[in-house]
Formats: sequence, structure tokens, C-alpha cells
Amino acid sequence: MLQLSGNKELPAVAFASLMDLRKGDAAILEGIDLPAADARRLMELGFVPGTRITAGNSAPGGDPRVFQVDGSEIALRRDTARRLTVRPERNLAHSKSRKTPRSLRIP
Amino acid sequence: MSDCSDCQGCGSGGTAVVELLRPAAVRTVALVGPPNSGKTTLFNRLTGLRQKVANFPGVTVEQHTGIAELPDGRSISIVDLPGIYSLNPRSEDEQVAYDVLHGTRAGTAKPEAVLLVLDSTNLARHLMLAAPILALGLPTLIILNMADDLRNRGGQLDLRKLSHELGAPVALISARAGEGVDEVFDFLAGAMAKPLPTLLPVLHDVPKCREWAGGVGSKAGYLPPIAPKWTRRLDSFVLHPLAGPLLFLVIVVGVVRTIFMAALPLSNAAQAAIAISAKWIAATLPPSLLTSLVVDGVWKGVGSVLVFLPQVLLLFLFIGILEDSGYMPRAALIADRTMARVGLQGKSFIPLLSAYGCAVPAILATRTIENKRDRIATILIAPFMTCSARLPVYALLIAAFIPERRFIGSIITTQVAALLGLYLIGFLAAVATARLLKSSVLKSAQAPFLLEMPSYRWPTVQSLGLRLLDRGKIFLRRAGTIILLVTVILWVMAHVPYTGGKEPIENSLAGTMGRTIEPLIKPLGFNWKIGIGLITSLAARETIISTLGTIYGMDPDSQGVDLQKALRQDLTLGGAVALLIFFAFAMQCMSTVAVVRRETGGWKWPILQFAYMGVLAYVGAFIAFHAIG
Repeated sequence: MLQLSGNKELPAVAFASLMDLRKGDAAILEGIDLPAADARRLMELGFVPGTRITAGNSAPGGDPRVFQVDGSEIALRRDTARRLTVRPERNLAHSKSRKTPRSLRIP
Repeated sequence: MSDCSDCQGCGSGGTAVVELLRPAAVRTVALVGPPNSGKTTLFNRLTGLRQKVANFPGVTVEQHTGIAELPDGRSISIVDLPGIYSLNPRSEDEQVAYDVLHGTRAGTAKPEAVLLVLDSTNLARHLMLAAPILALGLPTLIILNMADDLRNRGGQLDLRKLSHELGAPVALISARAGEGVDEVFDFLAGAMAKPLPTLLPVLHDVPKCREWAGGVGSKAGYLPPIAPKWTRRLDSFVLHPLAGPLLFLVIVVGVVRTIFMAALPLSNAAQAAIAISAKWIAATLPPSLLTSLVVDGVWKGVGSVLVFLPQVLLLFLFIGILEDSGYMPRAALIADRTMARVGLQGKSFIPLLSAYGCAVPAILATRTIENKRDRIATILIAPFMTCSARLPVYALLIAAFIPERRFIGSIITTQVAALLGLYLIGFLAAVATARLLKSSVLKSAQAPFLLEMPSYRWPTVQSLGLRLLDRGKIFLRRAGTIILLVTVILWVMAHVPYTGGKEPIENSLAGTMGRTIEPLIKPLGFNWKIGIGLITSLAARETIISTLGTIYGMDPDSQGVDLQKALRQDLTLGGAVALLIFFAFAMQCMSTVAVVRRETGGWKWPILQFAYMGVLAYVGAFIAFHAIG
């Protein structure tokens, strides 16, 4: 699992997009899959590939969620967050030790 | 003047006035910077003006011009611009900033120099904007704002090194506290040299720009401050899945209750004072037409609107606290799901919240919405939000017709519940209309939703005081101009043809006007007197109160009693509820019509909106009257 980051051939990694981050999770932004103008605005707000992003609080129901990025707190809707691909900063075992596994969260 | 809007088409009107004061051949300097970096706070410091400031991105949506008086007696024209992230405009407000900077905005001179305002607590990212601004080649002062925040949270940097890296002078200031503003004046008074050539990144490559900004920051020894601890702590409560929405509800109920209960005794006292003083004036002055004009037209008419000043000020105090503290974007976040369900974006929510004060600045604030169709949909639903002009009408009718009893405990009494219900009805009508629009004529793809959450700040007493002072002035000005004018015209029409009081008002020109539309409004439970009020309230909603005050004041049957009692003689409970519903839905505000025409660029939308809201008001009132009777 540790080697998965950045390996695009392998399907569905546990962490694939910003949407998969739970509160307190951090990840490195890899890419933005949005029209150029939208991607540009996100980058102007700090979502530059390679930047560390931490998931913060969210509205009730988890959407939209606030992300701590480059010294600011920016709220994104789920639709947008899912277009931002990330690789987890820490290994998943560490992540799991703090959190309920995903399968239990979403029945 | 974006919030100052005396609801008279505000905005550019205000700018134009300031513009006229500008002597010819004065240098123009532009205030540029990312949203919520404190440009307008600095603008107010430099010019002594009082443009609206608040703690969320996108408060300023058009350029404002003011004069800074330099110590040596010279004047400099300062243009405050909407916040921008880059020189790639996406929304209307960003376009304004872009146009002014490039000298292509009609009526605003191309600036000769730039004051670039950046948030020093987030310098590395904000410095990205320095690249395109320096590339303009204009003399630039880099202003690092919020120095007090930076210090308190343990951040630091070397200003001389930063200045060296950027090839431009740098000032560390706190516009809010007034710290370091002298350095800005020094720059304005000085030679304003062009920036020295430095190596700038390729402007359209954002990652390169960010890399450059980071490099400049680290060469200047920038140590970012620690994360704002209190903001995180507060947010874990404000955005808690349960506590968050509950807090939202408590705030709404608390605000409505306080507005109604705390201000009511004041209003009632004022009402009594007006009734007594009117009698006294009538007894003192010799009975004549002029006395009637003063007592019935001006005193009872305009006076009956003035007594609602405490309610309106309280409302703006609460809005001020919510806006200045940074709660607004959080509220927008919590409400985003609801907005998404009707097809709107969370960004629409902030203009809609400000429409609870007045729809005119709210409609201007929609300029921050990038998507044209979302923007129009937001403009069209904004007047459904219960604005401060509806508040006096609601307060009067509720106090007159809804008996005060315990409802949900002793906090939400029947009267408070009625007022809450009216706020809710307006909101539901807005949401339903948005859904209708967004699923039909204004369908569009969802734009990505981005909302920056600012750190919480204490609202300052000074800033709140100034807001209240401004709003108080606007309220009084409206009462002294449009409402006075309409009331005097009505008084004249009530005396034509002149019979010396032998004929009842019913047969006067005003009465005839009311009786002409009576068949149309009878199904709603309204008689000709209310009809006259509905006609005059097309100018501005509160005018119905002054109108009824005048009519009842002239009518011998109701002369002796106060407005509430007189109303009870004329309306049944069903009629009163119908009138409330009518006011909740109808677009009785010429300033709103005018600003919608301006912002949508034609008559199509305002006419459609006026007709739609009118039909909804009529149908709603009809149902209410027949359901209650």
C-alpha cells in the first residue's frame, strides 16, 4: 500500500481525491481534473500540485468541506473536491489507527 | 457606498458624487489586492470616507473614488477596487478591477500608481499577485496589512530584504489599528518611482508564480504565523454537525425576537408621543389647512414611520456583528446544501443574507457570482428576503392584530412566531423561485464552489457605530424625502376637490383612487384606504404606514385613536394576514426595480420579476384572507 502513491495504473486507491479525506487527514495534491479556467482559479487560491492539503470541518453531511491549503481555509463542494487527485501524505496504517475504516462509515 | 445605498440606486451614484469633488489633474492611485485583505479599511483611513467593510471576501464589488489629503496640502485621488486573485478576471467585480487598472473603465482615470494590499499573515500565497501587478510597470507600494495579527501569532519577516527582492518599497501596516498608515502617506507624497526591474515568473503559469512567491518570501525570511487557534476552535463548534445548525437557528430566532421585543416598547412609546404631540400641535396652531398639513400629513404620516427606527437599527446592528466577525461565510457553508438542492451555489447565499438589510446592495453583491445565470437567479430572488423596509410594516400589523401569548415556551411568543413565519415565508418563496428558474430558463452547469473562510475577528465598536450611524441617516433621509413627498402629495390629493372638510376623504381625489382599485383588492380583504396605501407603497414599502397615518389622522372617525386601533377598525384578522403576505411577496420598491434593470442590462428581468412577485403576492393574500376570513 505504501507504494501506491502516484501509481496511476492501479485502480481505486483508498485515497484518490480530496473527497476521500476525512477531517484531519492530510494529502499532497497531484492534479486538478477541471476545465483550465476553473483549475487556474483553484491554483490561485493555493491548490497548486505538490501542496499539502489538510481536510478540516465541513457543513453538516460532509459537503461542502473546508480544506486548509497554503495558509488559507477554502471550502469546496464534493463535486469539486472529487476532481482534485491527491496522494496521502502518511501511510494508510497510520491513518487507519486514528479513524474508523471507510467501509464502516459508508454502509 | 455599497451598503449605504439609500436604496436609491446607490453604488455608482455615490461614486459619481465623490468623483465630482475631484479637482482636475489630481494623480490617481489604485488600491489593489486579494479579497478580504483590507483594501477598503485602508481606503477609509486614507480618505476619511466610510465605505462598507466586513470580514468576508467580496464586500467591495465596484470601484470607489475618494480624496486623500497629503500633509503638504496636495490631494491624491484614491480608487478602491474589488479584490482580485490575479489579473485573469472571472466575475463582474474582478472585471471592474481589471478595467480600472488598464485604464479601460469609463469615468475612472488610469491609475498612475498602485497600492498593493496583501495580507501579511498569508504572505507567501498573496505575493503571487505581486507578479502581475509589478509587471504593469506602475510605481507600486507593497502594503503588508494586518501587522498586528502577524505579530500576535508569531510571524515575522525582513521588510528590507523583501523590498530588495521585489524592487519596490514595502510597508507593514495595520489598516484597522491605523498603524503604519503614515508610510502610505509618505509614498503618496514622494516621488513614486517605478519598480526596479526584477526577475518575474511567467504570469500565466500559476505554479511558477507560486514558486516565485514562495522563493521571495523565504529570501525575505518570512516566517508564517501559527494557525489562528481561536478560529479553529470556534469553527469546530460553528461547523459542528449538530451544534452548527442549532447555533444558526438560535441566532436567527434570537435576532428576530430581540428586534421585535426589545424595540417594541421604544416604538410604542414613540407612537404615543406622536399621538399626544399631534393633539398638542393641533390645539396650539390655529385650525387651518396648513395645520392639517403639518399635523396629519407630516407629523402623523412621516412620524408613524419614524417610530420604527429602533427596530431597523437593531437589525443592522445584528447584521453588522455577523458580517464583521466572519460568521457570514460559515453560514453560507452550512446553507450550501439547501442552495445546491435548488440549483444555486453557496456564493449566492451571502448576497441573500445581506438582502435581509436591503435588496439593493444585495443585488450589487451578486457581482461576485461568476456564473451569469446563477447571478441572474440570485438577483431575481433577492427581493423575497425580508428587508428592513418590510420590518416596520410587519411590526405594526403584528402588534395590532396578533395577540401576544406564549407559543413555544416564553421565548417564542405568538408575535415573535408570526414575525419568524414571515421571514420564513420570504425565504421559502425565494428558494422555490430559484428552483423554478434553475430547472427551466436559467439552467446551467454547476460552477465549482470556492469560498474562502476568513479568520474570526472581533467586530469593533467603532465600525458597528459607524454602520448604525449611516443606516440611521439613510432611514431618516428616506423618511425626510421620498416618504415625506409621497405623504404630502397624498394629503393634497385627499383635499382635492376642496370642500372644507364637508365631504369625507372617500370622495376626494385620493379616495377616488383608492375606490377605483377597491374591486380588485376586495377579494383580499382590503378596503379603499388600504388600497391607497398599496399604491403609495410602490415607491417604498414603509410609505403605507405614513399613508395610513395621514388618512386616519384626517378621518374624524379615527382621528382620536392610534394607528393600531384605527387599523383594527378597517381590517379583519384575515385581511391583516393577507396584507402581511402581500408585503412578504410583492416587489414594492422602485430602487430595487432600478438596480435590477441596471445590473441585468435591460427591462426584461425587472418587469418579469415585478409581475411574478405581484401575482404571487395577490394569490398568497387571496388564499390567506379566505383561509382565515
